[in-house]
Amino acid sequence: MATAKEPERNEKKTMRTITYREALREAIAEEMRRDERIYILGEDIAGYGGTYGVTKGLIEEFGEKRVKDTPLAEEVIAGAAIGSALGGLRPIAELMTMNFSLLASDQIINSLAKFRYMFGGQAKLPVVIRMPAGGGAQRGAQHSQMLESLYAHIPGLKLVMPATPYDAKGMLKASLRQDDPILFIEHELLYNVKGEVPDLGVHYTVPLDQGIVRREGKDVTIVTFSRMVHICSQAAEDLAKEGIEAEVIDLRAIRPIDLDLVLDSVRKTNRVVIAEEGWKYYGTGQGIAALIYEYAFDWLDAPIAHVTGKDVPMPYSKVLERAALPGKAEVIAAVKALVPARATAGVGAR
Amino acid sequence: MVDTLGARAAHDSHPADPIAAMVNADGLLTAEAERAANISDDVLRDLYRRMAICRRLDQEGLNLQRQGELGLWGPIAGHEAAQVGAAMAMAETDWIFPYYRDFAMTICRGVDPGIAMTWFRGLTHGAWNPYEHRLGPLIISVGTQVPHAVGFAIGCKLDHEPTAVLVGFGEGSTSTGDWHEAMNFAGVFKAPVVFLCENNQWAISVPMREQVAGRVADRAAGYGFPGLRIDGSDVLTVYTVVRAAADRARHGEGPYLVEALTYRFQAHTTSDDPTRYRTDADVEPWRAKDSIARATARLRDRGAFSDDFERAVAAEAEETALAMRATLLSAATPHPGQAFDLVFANPPASLLREQAEFVAELEPGSAE
Ligand SMILES: Cc1ncc(C[n+]2csc(CCOP(=O)(O)OP(=O)(O)O)c2C)c(N)n1
Ligand SMILES: [Mg+2]
Repeated sequence: MATAKEPERNEKKTMRTITYREALREAIAEEMRRDERIYILGEDIAGYGGTYGVTKGLIEEFGEKRVKDTPLAEEVIAGAAIGSALGGLRPIAELMTMNFSLLASDQIINSLAKFRYMFGGQAKLPVVIRMPAGGGAQRGAQHSQMLESLYAHIPGLKLVMPATPYDAKGMLKASLRQDDPILFIEHELLYNVKGEVPDLGVHYTVPLDQGIVRREGKDVTIVTFSRMVHICSQAAEDLAKEGIEAEVIDLRAIRPIDLDLVLDSVRKTNRVVIAEEGWKYYGTGQGIAALIYEYAFDWLDAPIAHVTGKDVPMPYSKVLERAALPGKAEVIAAVKALVPARATAGVGAR
Repeated sequence: MVDTLGARAAHDSHPADPIAAMVNADGLLTAEAERAANISDDVLRDLYRRMAICRRLDQEGLNLQRQGELGLWGPIAGHEAAQVGAAMAMAETDWIFPYYRDFAMTICRGVDPGIAMTWFRGLTHGAWNPYEHRLGPLIISVGTQVPHAVGFAIGCKLDHEPTAVLVGFGEGSTSTGDWHEAMNFAGVFKAPVVFLCENNQWAISVPMREQVAGRVADRAAGYGFPGLRIDGSDVLTVYTVVRAAADRARHGEGPYLVEALTYRFQAHTTSDDPTRYRTDADVEPWRAKDSIARATARLRDRGAFSDDFERAVAAEAEETALAMRATLLSAATPHPGQAFDLVFANPPASLLREQAEFVAELEPGSAE
C-alpha cells in the first residue's frame, strides 16, 4: 500500500521496490557522490550505521571524514552543522530521534532559522537535519513524539515529512540541492515500508513545496502527512466500499505547505478531515484548519474535523499507546460524521 | 574580593605545552619569549594605534547612545588588548567568530566603523559581509557562536584548508552547555580553534567567583587540550600567545583555550548600572593595568614611542570617530517591506504573497 500512486514520470517504466530506509540511504549516497561538500555527522552513524540503519555502509564508501561519528551532544551537532555550512559545506546532521532535537532546539530556532536573515542574506545555510519521530513502537513518553508543530511555527525553516520511499529519496535529494535549512522528519515506523522507486541510475527529485493527491475523491478531503498518509489511504479504501469517495492529500512537506492543492480539493469536496499523529491543541492540523477557514470558508459545508493523537504524553503500555494514537477507525468515523451531513439542508458553516 | 592578578599561568595538565612556557606566573610574556617572538616595533605600534582608535570609538559609541542615536551600546573599555591583540594575531585567511562585545575585532577585520555601528543603531541584522571580512556577525545569544566556530573549523579540516578559527566569548559564556559541548567536540576532532575567553570578571552583575569554580583555562584539560590564563591587558602577550595558538592549530595540533584576564571598566551595556553591584574600589586596581598605558610603556622601553606618534594616533582616532558618526547618521533606514527579504534563499510563495500584500497596503499611506 506504500505503493500508492506516484506522479507519472517517463522513467517510471524502470521501477523497483525498496524500503524507505534504503531510499534514504540511496539518496544520501548518490548526492555524496555528486557533491563532495556533503558530509554526515551524528551519533552512532558511522560504523554502527545509525540507530535505524539509514547510514549503514556509507562509512565504507565515503570514509570517516565524510561520515562522522560525534560525541553525544545534540546542541553542538546542530551548531557545528551550522558552522560548517557557513564555511561552504553541506552537512546532513542526523539526530537519533526528534525527541532529542529539543536539546538542539536553540541552535535550530535561534541560529539555523535566522542566520541567513541575520547575516544580511550573505550566508547560505544548506543544513539538512534528519530525524525520526513518532510513536507506535512502545518507546514511552519521551521517545515517541511528533514535535514538528514546534518547528513548523518558526519562520526560516522548511519541514519535509515524506510518507513513501519514492518521496523519501526524491525529497532528500532535493534537500541536498538547495540552500535553505531543512528539517527532514522521518517516522520511525516508516523505515521498513516498501514502495516503488526508479532504478538506480535514474535521477529524479521531488519538489519540497508540493503535496500530492494520493487518492482522488469527491465526497471529502482528508489532509494528512507522514505515516498517517498510509492510515488515511487504508481508511479511504474502506470508505469506498461503502460508497464514500475520499480524496487523500499527502502534504509531503508541512512548511511551506502546498495550500493551493488543499484549497482546490476543498472547493471540490466541501468537507475536510485533517489527520495527524501529533497533538491537537495549537498544532499543525489546527494551523491548516485556520488556513482553510481563512481562504475557503465559503466552500465548506461542514466544520472541519480533526483526527489527532490523544492529549496525553505517549503511554508506555501497548494497550494504552494504541488508545492514544489515531488510527483508521477514527479517520473513518470522522469522515462518516461529516459526509451524511451533505444531504441535510442548512447544516454546516455557511 | 576579586583576585586582580592571580594569573599563575603554569599548570600541570599540559606540561609540555610550549605556549604555556611563554608566560610567567603573572601570565605575562617572559623577556625570553618576547625576544624569541621577535615582534617588531612597527607591529607593536600598530597594536597600540588600533587600541587607541577603538577606545575613542567606544567613547563615541557611548556618546551616540546618550544622544539618542543608538538603541544600545556595549562598551569595550578594558577589552582593547584582548580583542586587538587576538584579532591581529590571526592570519588574514583565518576566520573570527565574535561575541557582542568584540567591536574592536570587527574594526581590526577592516569593517568600516560607521557601517559596523549600524547594527547598534538597529538598521540591519548583518552590517558586514562575513565572507569579505572572514568575520561572523556579533552574537548575543550567549555561547551559541562557539559550536559554529568549531563546526566551521571542522569543515576547514575536511577541506584541508590551513585555516584557524578564533572564537570570542566572556567568562559567563563558559557556563553554557553550548560552550562545553563545543569544547568537547573541538578536543575530539582536534578542530583548529583558538578559544578566547575575555574574562572581564563580570557577567552583568554576576562576579567571576559565582560563575566559575576554579579557572576557565583549567577546563581545557578536561577536554584534552591545553588552556592558558594570561594577562589580557597586555596586548603584546595576547598577540604573541594567540598567534602561537593559531599557528599550532593551523599545523593540525588542535584547539587551544586562552583565558585573557581583564576587566570591564564600564557598564555591561548602556542599559546597566554597575553601581548596583560594584564599587569604584573594585575597579581601581584594574585601572592600574590599563592596556594602553601598558603598551605605551612597552614602546617607551623599546625607544619606539614619541610624542609625535602619540599625537598622530590621537588625531587619527578623533578623525575616525567623527567619520564613524557621519557614516552612521547618514545610513539609510530600511523600507518596511524589506522585513520579508532574506529569510530564505528560495522563499515560499506564501511569504512572497504576504510581502506583496504588505507592500501594497503600505504604498498609499507612505506617499509623503
Ligand atoms: C543564552 C543567553 N542567556 C542570557 C543572556 C543575557 N545576557 C547577555 S550578556 C550576559 C552576560 C554574559 O557575560 P560574559 O559571557 O562574561 O560576557 P561579558 O558581557 O562580560 O563580556 C547575559 C546573562 C543572553 N544574551 N543569552
Ligand atoms: Mg564577563
